[in-house]
Amino acid sequence: MIWNPERETMSRSELEALQLELLREQVAWAYENVPFYRQAFRARGLVPKDIRSLEDLQKIPFTRKSDFRDNYPFGLLAVPRREVIRIHASSGTTGKPTVVAYTREDLETWKEVCARNLVAAGITDEDTVQIAMGYGLFTGGLGWHYAAEHIGAAVVPTSSGHTKRQIMLIQDFETTVFCCTPSYAIYLAEQAEEMGVDLRETKLRIGIHGAEPWSEGMRKEIARRLGVDPIDTYGLSEVMGPGVSGECTYHSGLHINEDHFLVEIIDPQTEEPLPYGEQGELVITTLTKKALPLLRYRTGDITRLDPAPCACGRTMMRMERVSGRTDDMLIVRGVNVFPSQIETVLLQVEGVQPHYVIIVDRERGALDDLEIWVEVSEDIFSDDIGRLRDLQRQAEFEIREMLGISARVKLVEPHSIERSMGKSKRVIDRRDVY
Amino acid sequence: MVWSEIECAPREKIEALQLRRLQKVVERAYRQIPFYRRAFQRAGIVPQDIQSLEDLALLPFTRKSDFCDNYPFGLLAVSLEEVVRVHASSGTTGKPTVVAYTARDIETWAEVMARTLNCGEVTRRDIVHNAYGYGLFTGGLGVHYGAERIGATVVPVSGGNTQRQIMLLQDFRATVLCCTPSYALYLAEVAQEMGVNPAGLDLRVGFLGAEPWSENMRREIEERWQIKALDIYGLSEIIGPGVSSECLAQEGLHIFEDHFLPEIVDPDTGERLPYGEYGELVITTLTKEALPVIRYRTGDITKLTIEPCACGRTMVRMAKVSGRTDDMLIVRGVNVFPSQVETVLLQVEGVQPHYVIIVDRERGAMDTLEVWVEVSEEIFTDELGQLADLQRRAEHALREGLGVSARVKLVEPHSIERSMGKAKRVIDRRDVYGKGEA
Amino acid sequence: MRVKQLSAFLENRPGRLLYLLNILAEAGINLIAHNIVDASDFGIVHLLVDEPEKALQVIRDAGLVCSLTEVLQVAIPDEPGAFVKRVLEPLAKAGVNIEYSYAYSAPSSKEARIVLKVDDLELGERTLQGALGGDAIEG
Repeated sequence: MIWNPERETMSRSELEALQLELLREQVAWAYENVPFYRQAFRARGLVPKDIRSLEDLQKIPFTRKSDFRDNYPFGLLAVPRREVIRIHASSGTTGKPTVVAYTREDLETWKEVCARNLVAAGITDEDTVQIAMGYGLFTGGLGWHYAAEHIGAAVVPTSSGHTKRQIMLIQDFETTVFCCTPSYAIYLAEQAEEMGVDLRETKLRIGIHGAEPWSEGMRKEIARRLGVDPIDTYGLSEVMGPGVSGECTYHSGLHINEDHFLVEIIDPQTEEPLPYGEQGELVITTLTKKALPLLRYRTGDITRLDPAPCACGRTMMRMERVSGRTDDMLIVRGVNVFPSQIETVLLQVEGVQPHYVIIVDRERGALDDLEIWVEVSEDIFSDDIGRLRDLQRQAEFEIREMLGISARVKLVEPHSIERSMGKSKRVIDRRDVY
Repeated sequence: MVWSEIECAPREKIEALQLRRLQKVVERAYRQIPFYRRAFQRAGIVPQDIQSLEDLALLPFTRKSDFCDNYPFGLLAVSLEEVVRVHASSGTTGKPTVVAYTARDIETWAEVMARTLNCGEVTRRDIVHNAYGYGLFTGGLGVHYGAERIGATVVPVSGGNTQRQIMLLQDFRATVLCCTPSYALYLAEVAQEMGVNPAGLDLRVGFLGAEPWSENMRREIEERWQIKALDIYGLSEIIGPGVSSECLAQEGLHIFEDHFLPEIVDPDTGERLPYGEYGELVITTLTKEALPVIRYRTGDITKLTIEPCACGRTMVRMAKVSGRTDDMLIVRGVNVFPSQVETVLLQVEGVQPHYVIIVDRERGAMDTLEVWVEVSEEIFTDELGQLADLQRRAEHALREGLGVSARVKLVEPHSIERSMGKAKRVIDRRDVYGKGEA
Repeated sequence: MRVKQLSAFLENRPGRLLYLLNILAEAGINLIAHNIVDASDFGIVHLLVDEPEKALQVIRDAGLVCSLTEVLQVAIPDEPGAFVKRVLEPLAKAGVNIEYSYAYSAPSSKEARIVLKVDDLELGERTLQGALGGDAIEG
């Protein structure tokens, strides 16, 4: 089944004509309504009219995550505040979050693109969709929620956590679709086994996954242990949230909703565009966003594109599963974590420049583990074990508050980090996420 | 401005509408739900017996335990294909109380929540900071859909991350605060610790509910935030938030009577009580499709008044909830039954626990839920690490089981009896219902 | 070398240790050594006494939670490096982890006595017997 055959199967030439039309509208919209873009265009001696072909896209300057920070909170908005009916936020590189906003029309678009992904995965109005992605400011939960509601499925908005309850509800509600990060799917399987529940014997049939990188090995394991067809999806809040692209049941790449998102691949160093098939950084231009049009956004995600037709009949270009990052951003349990954020927190809690290392690990059947080793310096040492424990707890609390995920803080002896990890490495990622 | 005309309609019109809808819902429940058919038959009633609103008293009550006995979908009047949403709240033991909605129920819910927000004059120009928890709990998504219906900007912060909430309140310049009353006070406290003056923010009105609160708390919240603090009421069995709401007159909560028919009964005899008398609130849903509920015993103690309100709304008002008929606690907006705590501890320790639940509310802090567990020979070990581990596991299991975090404190045998007296399972040190107020 | 140590659970507040030790005093039990480890709101008291079984009984009779644990007790000469060379190095080499330990002065004052709770009692005992020979005391 295809949700919107008219769009999803249109010929490449029709699609490109549509894209050009929308691109010109979007560029004009951004130029007229967002001072940031107007300045950027002027600095290059560029006006919207200069965009006459899809190739002209390359004349437009890039937008980066730091531009969100510099224009925090609403500097990139193209509409007056009363037009905005939703705000979401994700981690920024330091204290301030990355803020995104939606008009009513944007929410309609969001629903549409996510609905396409769900239908491409094989979901219908008869399914019961349990959404274990976090609800709230994170776009994952509410993004899939509205789309599942839109296609008429029954939505069970469990949000994240409470794993035993998730398993109980899968059984009791006869859930058919489970929506979560891939690592959580494996954790779920592990917990189910401990409870003596065989998830393959439940009504589960499809897994909607995303928000973090994963491998083909993980897909096989999820398929085997949950008895589902695990589907990869991709999105980021700056651009929209989930709904940028998603796999069909052929698992041969993620169909990009190209009538809403125009994609390029560039060499992250030279910033030159790369041809189809070559690996590089994904750059996205929104084509229909009203509140927050985004031109040539550097996602930091490494992938490649394939415009060849797909067996499913969709003509929308496919991107390969994301295979890396261009920066030091970590994704832990679906949450973006920047080492700079952790340093900020530790500095606040201890009042001194911390010696620390971030260790991310994924043990079999367990959730990603975020551990922060902090050396106990003379400045923070106390002979009262209770005070050290308080320090540890406070650091854990503050990290949870800032990142939205929990981390274990481990106090270690001075110099032990250098001894065991080598000099000045700030992050040890032991997972094989890509 | 009032959201819907019916809110100000003459009583006769409201009551005529109620009777029509009541007859319809009773008929549907009888036809579609075996539970009600059996209950009606036991009471010797058929739907045609309901000829007036007073005849409601002929119908049997529905209780929380009926949800448990018909878990998960036994009380549904529609097939699962028609269900588009499922929510759940605490049950008295391991299984949650499950509620379901059709697409039209979701519309109804958005409508009554839009009315609720409209009671505080929220418009599309407002920015709604929604700190009610999102997920299976009805609070977050209930407010969310209502605010979206109005066209206000929704900031779906959900619970937790308090410092970030303060930052966002400042940076987004939210005008409407939605959270539990105790969280409103905690937010104010954290703001002050961060050097932010709550009164200096742009907030002008708060919709506070999901737990009982006193007039003293209202005064404090209004003073510290410089907002109008409105009480809102609802429960997931009926719909979620949106059953009733205070208007700016703050003289009781208008019940959206065209959807929810209220009665007050004596909790012991079940006899109906007249307007003005305190008793247990009983609600019959008038328009719910997926889950019609007939004469649901809420367990909440209040009284009703039919006097007209200064705001022009003619719908019956209920007083602030002033107590419970059972041992249910509400901690940080979450319903907690002592029986749930016992179930969890039994699982973790593998032995019958000796425990006591202590709920406290210190100035400027969130409600604390402490569970004191006596260390018996069965669970004792000479290694501190293992005991600390047991404590952590119990805390984790309670958080999972209750949906709210609790601190587990290991104490010496008999110390509970020594310090609390015999067989008391719950010590609630808060004054949530304002019993201490003059 | 193996001795029976009492471990008792106490809440971390004034008067609890007094209460515990009073029970022993009244029963005429002699306290040889003790050590306290505490978490924030509770603690565990480890006790070496002359009559551990009797002590266990009276403490339990008083309504406290208490257990007996086997630990290692060794005597070492009261001189620099003795603890390191004779106890710690051999245990580390054998891969035995010390979970907690405390020391007290022996009546003779020529030697120090060390109590060790180890993760592998058998291996710990064998290791120390080898390292200390006749110096190891019998429990």
